[in-house]
Amino acid sequence: MAEITLKGLAHSYVAAPGGAEDYAIREMDHVWQQGGAYALLGPSGCGKSTLLNIISGLLSPSRGEVLFDGQTVNDLPPEARNIAQVFQFPVVYDTMTVRDNLAFPLRNVGAPEAHVAERVKEVAEVLELTDQLGRKAKNLTADEKQKVSMGRGLVRDDVSAILFDEPLTVIDPQLKWKLRRKLKEIHKRFAITMVYVTHDQLEASTFADKIAVMYEGQVVQFGTPSELFETPNHTFVGYFIGSPGMNFLDVAVRDGRVMAGEIPLPVSEALCAAVAEAGTTNVKLGIRPEFVEVHDAPVEGGMQARVEHIQDLGTYSIIDLRLGDMSLKARIDEDQPPPAEIAYLRFPGERVGLYVDEFRVEVQA
Amino acid sequence: MNKVYNNRAWWLILPMLLLVAFSAIIPLMTVVNYSVQDVFDAQTRYFTGTEWFVQMLNDPVLQSALLRQFAFSLTILAIEVPLGIGIALLMPKRGWRASAVLILVTLPLLIPWNVVGSIWQLFTRGDIGLMGWSLRELGYGYNITSSPLDAWVTIIIMDVWHWTPLIALLCYSGLRAIPEAYYQAARIDRASRWSVFRYIQLPKLTNVLVIGILLRFMHSFMIYAEPFVLTGGGPGSSTTFLSQSLAIMATGQFDVGPSAAFSLIYFLIILLVSWVFYTAIMNMQKDKQSGEA
Repeated sequence: MAEITLKGLAHSYVAAPGGAEDYAIREMDHVWQQGGAYALLGPSGCGKSTLLNIISGLLSPSRGEVLFDGQTVNDLPPEARNIAQVFQFPVVYDTMTVRDNLAFPLRNVGAPEAHVAERVKEVAEVLELTDQLGRKAKNLTADEKQKVSMGRGLVRDDVSAILFDEPLTVIDPQLKWKLRRKLKEIHKRFAITMVYVTHDQLEASTFADKIAVMYEGQVVQFGTPSELFETPNHTFVGYFIGSPGMNFLDVAVRDGRVMAGEIPLPVSEALCAAVAEAGTTNVKLGIRPEFVEVHDAPVEGGMQARVEHIQDLGTYSIIDLRLGDMSLKARIDEDQPPPAEIAYLRFPGERVGLYVDEFRVEVQA
Repeated sequence: MNKVYNNRAWWLILPMLLLVAFSAIIPLMTVVNYSVQDVFDAQTRYFTGTEWFVQMLNDPVLQSALLRQFAFSLTILAIEVPLGIGIALLMPKRGWRASAVLILVTLPLLIPWNVVGSIWQLFTRGDIGLMGWSLRELGYGYNITSSPLDAWVTIIIMDVWHWTPLIALLCYSGLRAIPEAYYQAARIDRASRWSVFRYIQLPKLTNVLVIGILLRFMHSFMIYAEPFVLTGGGPGSSTTFLSQSLAIMATGQFDVGPSAAFSLIYFLIILLVSWVFYTAIMNMQKDKQSGEA
């Protein structure tokens, strides 16, 4: 059990990296606290797996340090870091039975057989593998194999942390749900630090207390699911979290008013001042589709938009809107009738975020 | 239901049937034909039934050749398989070194059988051969024409030199096919080097090893040219293997009937051993029905 600290960490697969684009991990500092359930969320190729392999020691970082409880472990191989890792595709030892597979990590360090048997029994029960214990691992189905792979991680009760690299990819949806709950249960019971890599926001938010969103080799935001939803730190987080993602409007100040293209936006003076001070042309306003107010009649401070498409998803509808030359989406509940052709939109002031060069800027009211 | 039966499609297997007939069935049946007759000349022949088979099975010369043959095949398998795996494990994985080593290892496989025999014949000569001369200079009275032990050891070393590369190549390709994730998982599981070999590499090599062992068994069981050139089967009959006995009988003494019977027995032994080996290996991979489950 350990607190894992990443200090000035960077990694490149290129021998002599030039610019930032050569780095799979750009310089970052991060702390995973002891006993936390974390998710590492990001699109494919953003460096999630690289980061995981650096933590476990399968990969040696180009720069920076990895610390377990304040001790540098850079030079320690995975075997010495006492860390468990579950990979995306199942790895089982074909010739062994399920029981021997689960016992393998414990037997390798000479754990007493009584303890091994007890742990194997416990983990097998949690993963519902008890009936399979005597079978050869070679003959299992893909999801049974993956359960065995996970079991080999969970069987070790003294690990610094357990790292999961998209472990449920090969598992069918129903079992996925169950296993994720199991993992959470196990986390509660043993209080082991768990880092769970995924590209699925639902998976991340059901498993983790705190989510680190990775984008282009950097952790762009680290927070609870509701923080990520309500106040995304980076336009990528806004776009990646939520369904559909956040609306972003390119804005500029003209004649003392905040303009989105040709449309003046009714925003607070403080926000207007902040946009004016930004000092760059890359200024965006972000608002979640859930927070866009949609009216079917003119309202005070409402902007007129054209309705382009309505998608009825049962309990809510998603409306594609055209505001001037920009498109945005709004999400309304089923009890609100959607406007037919013209909608009047309002952006509640406290729900609008200002993004300068893609990062969120707090506006003093 | 009115189902139309059109059996003309059967004609399509005719080419295959002809091919198999000429490549296997007809030659084999010719041998079967000879094995049950005593042929004097084109007109004079007698049906003998199983007589030749009984005679061959009771022939002490062939019995000892058979034993010698088994001893030889098992010995070279016991050496070549572990050695081949070991070489494959040590071979570099990528880069120009991998290519260079691959070529070096493959080289012996490209040399024809009787050339191999000739090379070793010269190599082991006491007067001009590097090995023969060196051993004698070192004080060992090495002589494959008078010492059965020297002859045996030399033939085995020759076969190991010639054919271990085959096992090594097969294993090398098998090893390259193991996904990196297995090695990573093993490191995470804190497996020792031996465990990695025992539980990852060896199981993943099973299939190529089955092929390798079968090939080497069949091949070595039929060995002919190399010992024939190197020792001529001597000293005495100490290195006379089955093929050579058969050749002497069939083409030297022209005993067509007995040698046909003997050929069939020879063929069936190879078939039987290969089948038993293959079945045993395949059964090992199945779940035990009445195990601990």
